[in-house]
Amino acid sequence: MSAEAATEPAQTAGAVGAVATQAELRADRRVRRRRALLPYLLLAPGIAWLIVFFVVPMWSIISTSVEEGDMDTGFVLTWRWANFGDVWTNWREQIIRSLEYSLMCTLFCLVLALPLAYFIAFKAGRWKNLLMALVIAPFFTSYLIRTLAWKTILADDGWVMHVLTTLHITPLLSGMGWTYSDNSVLQTPFSVVCGMVYNFLPFTVLPIYTAMEKIDPRLHEAGQDLYASAWATFRKVTFPLALPGIVGGTLLTFIPAVGDYTNAVMLGGPKTKVIGTVIEQQMIGTGGNLPYGAALSVMLMLGTLVITLAYIKRAGTEEIV
Amino acid sequence: MSKNTDTLAAGSVAGDLRLVNVTKRFGDFTAVNDLTLTIPQGSFFALLGASGCGKTTTLRMVSGLEEPTAGRVLIGEGDITRLRPYKRPVNTVFQNYALFPHLTVAENIAFGLKRRGVKDVKQPVQDMLDLIELSHIGSRKPNQLSGGQQQRVALGRALINRPRVLLLDEPLGALDLKLRRQMQIELKRIQTEVGLTFVHVTHDQEEAMTMADTIAVMNHGRIEQLGSPTDLYENPKTTFVANFLGQSNLLPGKAVGTVGGDGEHVQVTLDDGTRVLVPSARNCAVGEQIIVGVRPEKMSIHASAAEVPAGRNVLAPGLVTDTSFVGVSTQYLVKAAGSEEIGVFVQNDGAQIFRPGTEVVVSWDPSQGFGLDGRQDIDAGAEADLEAAS
Amino acid sequence: MPAHPQVHHRPSMKTRSVAVLNWFRKHVIAIVAGLIFFFLLVPNAVVVWMSFNKPSGKYNVKWEQFSLDAWKNPLNDGILHDPLMLSLEIALVATLVATVLGTMIAFAIVRHSFKGRGFVNSVLFLPMAAPEIVMGTTLLALFLNTFGVGFLGFKSILIAHIMFCVSYVVITVKSRLNGMDPMLEKAAQDLYATPWQTFWRVTFPLVAPGIGAAALLSFALSFDDFIITEMTAGSSLTFPYWIWNAVQKGIPPQVNVIGSLMLVITLAGIAVAEVPKWVKATKSH
Repeated sequence: MSAEAATEPAQTAGAVGAVATQAELRADRRVRRRRALLPYLLLAPGIAWLIVFFVVPMWSIISTSVEEGDMDTGFVLTWRWANFGDVWTNWREQIIRSLEYSLMCTLFCLVLALPLAYFIAFKAGRWKNLLMALVIAPFFTSYLIRTLAWKTILADDGWVMHVLTTLHITPLLSGMGWTYSDNSVLQTPFSVVCGMVYNFLPFTVLPIYTAMEKIDPRLHEAGQDLYASAWATFRKVTFPLALPGIVGGTLLTFIPAVGDYTNAVMLGGPKTKVIGTVIEQQMIGTGGNLPYGAALSVMLMLGTLVITLAYIKRAGTEEIV
Repeated sequence: MSKNTDTLAAGSVAGDLRLVNVTKRFGDFTAVNDLTLTIPQGSFFALLGASGCGKTTTLRMVSGLEEPTAGRVLIGEGDITRLRPYKRPVNTVFQNYALFPHLTVAENIAFGLKRRGVKDVKQPVQDMLDLIELSHIGSRKPNQLSGGQQQRVALGRALINRPRVLLLDEPLGALDLKLRRQMQIELKRIQTEVGLTFVHVTHDQEEAMTMADTIAVMNHGRIEQLGSPTDLYENPKTTFVANFLGQSNLLPGKAVGTVGGDGEHVQVTLDDGTRVLVPSARNCAVGEQIIVGVRPEKMSIHASAAEVPAGRNVLAPGLVTDTSFVGVSTQYLVKAAGSEEIGVFVQNDGAQIFRPGTEVVVSWDPSQGFGLDGRQDIDAGAEADLEAAS
Repeated sequence: MPAHPQVHHRPSMKTRSVAVLNWFRKHVIAIVAGLIFFFLLVPNAVVVWMSFNKPSGKYNVKWEQFSLDAWKNPLNDGILHDPLMLSLEIALVATLVATVLGTMIAFAIVRHSFKGRGFVNSVLFLPMAAPEIVMGTTLLALFLNTFGVGFLGFKSILIAHIMFCVSYVVITVKSRLNGMDPMLEKAAQDLYATPWQTFWRVTFPLVAPGIGAAALLSFALSFDDFIITEMTAGSSLTFPYWIWNAVQKGIPPQVNVIGSLMLVITLAGIAVAEVPKWVKATKSH
């Protein structure tokens, strides 16, 4: 057999091959060492940036949160943990209100995002990309300007108020405490949450859509073939498969919402002050107590960090980044 | 370098591709196990085996995309074991073609020449487009081509570099049956025309037999048997090859002696007591344990033992369990008490067709059987073939 | 078939209402989606509409009178010039740096193995999941503690913007890289391309659309950012920060003009990207 015969000339050729291999091997080892180092070189600048300007500042804010003093004499690090007790006593109302608003916002965002993502992923056909672009398009015009537009939309003499009054929904809203009178919805929790839902909805839709888009549409056919109604197919097939995206979308909505104060300020009034506004005032505004602002920020940071880490632990990091 | 040129001029082994004691391990798994193989220059060589047999790993070690754990790869006298892929005079036609989607057909074909610093690529690219019969669509992008056209671009893109060895990794796997047949003939034509060494990896035994001069059947990282298509088909040396390459009826038994002048035939008692003869020249069994093999198309089917001509091996009467009419032939399964089902393919020459349930007798000419070592797994390769086919 | 050509069943009330109900059931999801799109897009329409308003007072909230005044004078006598230029400068530099840093990280993650993958992923994910106010205040605390108030301005805003853009670049480029057939790079190597040539001739051109998308996203995120900017800006005013301050004092319709222009540019971008695809799809149908 030729397979047998091959070994013989190979042995005579061995010397020539071996010399070449030595030099090759050395070059090879060099290349290999460089290759092993490459990922770290690629990662270093970006990750260093994030460590210095995202991770390290967490320590800065903690140290600031236990300082003592005032604007005129400056603040000194005295490890005054009582700052945390102070801010809780002073602004408990705003903290709870922030949680309420962001929870409401997240709930409404989910209610809207699920049918929207479902429609785009499964029913939009070749318009899929265009519709998704339209969901994201608002990102590209300044959100403060768009938020201001809600002032026009929800104005006392605007058409939304007109519809709400005609349908006698306004007394319902004020009855639930979402508005303060029957002829205005601006400067109320209703207008604030409305603006928040509008601003954060794309953040909820995107991960849910991404998860749904991966689902093979034939699974729906299979579900219905196996005697599941459209609704049962959604509950038993689509929903579980889209769950990672739904959880991700919830997280990416709730966390930014809880710290947001732009909607509360622009669409709200004195009675809708949230924790973000307090932090803003203490850190750079008229409040003037840096440690108090920092302490509130630390509370917010730790709260969201716990939620996020719990999520990472369950979902893993590969899925989301 | 000068030494290499000398040996090149010297001749015989000038461009042969040689693998010497090549082993490749991935962790605990040995993909290729101490493989030694010579592929003569200018031949069309096929590595045939089920998925996971090590054939693709072998190919990747030749192309340089995988490095052997041990052993050497040589072309002629040049050792290329540790050479980076882009420095090897070897090109590959990839399984899913891996055509560059951002480049046109012509740019894809010119890619290798340009990387090697060839200045004027226009003429060679045009010649290659002519050879693969795609001159009219040189400016299209790969995603505008049909599967068969993409296949030819992948081939042209590799061929234009005139590699010492052209590797084909399941090149026709993505095509439908009819196109595959057509491309098989085309590939063979191009290979004859350009005279390069083609190494073809496939799980499709028919494809390997149609195109290759020499086939190596691989199993568990080793070569089970190597030879021409006819040699492998007619004289399988192991149950794996007998089952993997086409179909075989394998009947276990015991060798009881020789008969005829110079022991021309080995006499075998099958497990059900039937006595049959096997040509000594085609018997690989060393000990007493023997497996008698017969290809289904070498068998005949008869209404009764009385109709069997003299001098043939005859099995005990059995019942037809299945009759499949496939046009050119009729394929029967026959089951006798105490033995496995026997496959029989009968040419449709107008003879009687037996319905399932009919009692029949099966026979064959002793010269058509072969003997295998009886200590092997009798079903080896049978499932592998099914797997590969699916 | 026995023929009864004259027998026409007039649909009864019941079957008709069933038909309506069925139609509604079939299209309910589309109707709901349409309403949500309306909710999402109406503010954009209002922004454009109000840019043609001529408010009598300082607040451009109530429609009064059609006018092209704001469009003829989009910078509002130069008042908007400085904030717009600052925002543009910061967005351009932040985009450039974040795109380079993020692309490098994406390549490392997809194409290489390294130790500490979980750590790297967490460091990338956390900025996306942190409330903006937290990122803003932590950075402010860092800058105040290390450099003092004087550091706040262009540099501090830029640092912050690069920081929060990097993660978005990484996910965008990463998904493009993941979608690329790894065999293409092997094929290039097989065809005599050195690693360097493989990168510039094959990998980069194929990943470029992803990098471009990442850069666009960075630019939008940076240009539009308010909360982190407010915390790190000191006395510098970016465009969003200028709007924020103006809310109390009165917003001129020119702000709506700028907003409308941004919308038009975005829609044009979508059209350029999508229209050729529809044309192709329509042709092949």
